[in-house]
Amino acid sequence: MIDSVFQAIGLGHAATLLALSPPGWGGALLYGLWNSLQIALGAFGVGLVIGLAGASGKLYGGPVTRDLLAVYTTVVRAVPELVLILILYYAGTDALNKLLVSLGYARVEISGLMAGIGVLGVVQGAYATEVLRGAILAVPAGQIEAARAYGMPPVMVMRRVTLPLMLSNAIPGMANLWLIATKDTALLAIVGFAELTLRTQQAAGTTKAYFTFYLAAGVLYLMVTLVSERLFALLEARARRGQPSLKEGAA
Amino acid sequence: MKKTLMMTAAALMMVGGAAMAETVKVGVAAEAYPPFASPDASGKFYGWEVDFINAVCAAAAMDCEIVPVAWDGIIPSLTSGQIDTIMASMSITEDRMKTIDFSNKYYNTPTVIVGLKGVDMTATPEGLAGKIIGVQVSTIHQDYVQKYFEAGAAEVKTYQTQDEANQDLVAGRIDATQADSIALDAFLATDAGKACCEVKGAVANDTSILGLGVGAGVRKGDDALKAKINDGIAKILADGTYEKFTAQYFASSIYGD
Amino acid sequence: MRALLQPHRLVMLAVAVALILWCALSLRWDWIADYAPLAMMGLWRTIWILVVTATLGFLLAIPLGLAQAVGPWYLSAPAKTFCTVIRGTPLLLQLWLLYYGLGSLFPSIEGIRDSWAWPYLRQSWPYAVLALTLSFAGYEGEVMRGAFKGVPRGQIESARAFGMPRLTILRRIWLPQAIQRALPTLGGETVLQLKATPLIATITVIDIYSVAGRVRRDLFITYEPLLLLAVVYLLITAVIVLLFRQLEKRVPTRVS
Repeated sequence: MIDSVFQAIGLGHAATLLALSPPGWGGALLYGLWNSLQIALGAFGVGLVIGLAGASGKLYGGPVTRDLLAVYTTVVRAVPELVLILILYYAGTDALNKLLVSLGYARVEISGLMAGIGVLGVVQGAYATEVLRGAILAVPAGQIEAARAYGMPPVMVMRRVTLPLMLSNAIPGMANLWLIATKDTALLAIVGFAELTLRTQQAAGTTKAYFTFYLAAGVLYLMVTLVSERLFALLEARARRGQPSLKEGAA
Repeated sequence: MKKTLMMTAAALMMVGGAAMAETVKVGVAAEAYPPFASPDASGKFYGWEVDFINAVCAAAAMDCEIVPVAWDGIIPSLTSGQIDTIMASMSITEDRMKTIDFSNKYYNTPTVIVGLKGVDMTATPEGLAGKIIGVQVSTIHQDYVQKYFEAGAAEVKTYQTQDEANQDLVAGRIDATQADSIALDAFLATDAGKACCEVKGAVANDTSILGLGVGAGVRKGDDALKAKINDGIAKILADGTYEKFTAQYFASSIYGD
Repeated sequence: MRALLQPHRLVMLAVAVALILWCALSLRWDWIADYAPLAMMGLWRTIWILVVTATLGFLLAIPLGLAQAVGPWYLSAPAKTFCTVIRGTPLLLQLWLLYYGLGSLFPSIEGIRDSWAWPYLRQSWPYAVLALTLSFAGYEGEVMRGAFKGVPRGQIESARAFGMPRLTILRRIWLPQAIQRALPTLGGETVLQLKATPLIATITVIDIYSVAGRVRRDLFITYEPLLLLAVVYLLITAVIVLLFRQLEKRVPTRVS
């Protein structure tokens, strides 16, 4: 009876369909997952860099910088990622090449990977700016004042005092951003980049075993999420070592 | 560490860019479109159109690289330079010729309507009145359906791929779909297709929408590449290569008139 | 207004106005008149799907959050699993699983075409509403869990001491205070829900994003429809943010 239920929902041949080497699609899905993770890592990294710059700009920059950054974060956080991806993917590469050509350089071929990382990185950067800004603001003011009283230059204050203290506050927000990055890579399927969701769509379309492949992809994404959450929990515990314990939900 | 990573990434991008300057990037649709081009489990594309691409590139002495792109964005990909030519069963139409150029045609097959067995319909506006029609987005079929059938039809649903439209036809969500007869023949040959649906007829021709056959798309003004592709097509038609690989897929020539 | 009149803000405003004028004059906008009715329909669809799924999702999130906060293991474990699965997989995948996955089952179910549900199973908006509602519930369930836990125990204990039945405590004390705590986050999550709506275009629902796509394909112009689309979403977001700010003002300030 279980067999017929599995047959009915298309999972009957799951073992053969998901085999690691062709004609099983398991290997293709794993390769797609690897691509997704690469893009997510790249985008997360780019987002971190933009976020640090943005947070510093919003906190310590002049009025013009603050306003421009406010426009950037508001627009990126209000417009759907799909629309942003389309605009940046086609318009961005087009504009970049036009700029290079007008400056006298040759057109540069931007691979799908780079474009995906760039686009998602810009989106992540806006969220990271807000997370890091909140984390820096949560650093006790007394610590920074004491460091300044010692005569430390601003970069040294940032490096030795602010960043280490901000880390433990930033990690939950950054963990969230990492998970958003891994799931946003699925949107790149709509621009045809060969990551996990697109490979799943191709596999499902070719073999007609829709349930099997979408469930398999769901399991893969879920595993990435669970492993990431575990890793970030360990990271946060390490960053919070020595601080008074903060039990969540305490009234 | 992050800065070094970024610099390395940028450097790789430049190097990659320089190295790829010689290869011709041929854009195909990332979604499966049997029997013309479908991806297999290892990601390689196979099918009549892939054989065609390899034959033309060999005949024109070009170094081609097949790049899958989402069908919906394949023309912007071409115009923005991410690919150099489109060989994805794209029909030559006046509308498209406003944005891109085409090579000579390399196949031409009729357009048919496939519908659910047991539902009465013909491939005419009257025959399709009150029916739900599904088409693939950004195709001549979408344009044709919107021009002739949309007014009388109950609903026109647009899908990212023809395969998804076929799926919804099997599921019964749509009553009919319009597409290229060969692609639909491949669908009707599957178990699900055989069980649910049949060909209802060919649509009345309208070359302004259905176009003059399938050609390779190139950027406007890229005459050098267009000439090379036309040379390649002429060569494989003349020396019999075209017939040879066509025979592996179809009973008769699909070049059309 | 004082904030707006600072010199650098005036310069930036002037630059923005100049940019908008340049866009208005140099890009193609002649298509707006032709596609206005279709665009209105798409916009209406986006808005009602957003409102319906946010409301239904929130209603579903309340029991989910409650089950995780104080429920026995046989209620809290399924709730937690549901929230984890929804938050751990992309919405696009969930949408396609529901629409195409369920669709692939239809041929094997006898007599489905004659059943009462067939008109709904045929169309695509029920699947979009279902997927978006479940997604919103999954994320909000987590938020409500924190909100329920965050209401001070003292409030609930004193209510019990008064002899209030459990349901009354929930209705009068616990739920209102939990919603108060969750309101800012809910506003942010509603904006995120708006940003998730374009994905329903991939299962053939015609919303404002799909209309912009149609304009792009019919006329082969890339930027203008996308720019206008971005502006439309910005405006809807502004409305949502203002709405939630009003809601927060009317809710009494937290007691503790």
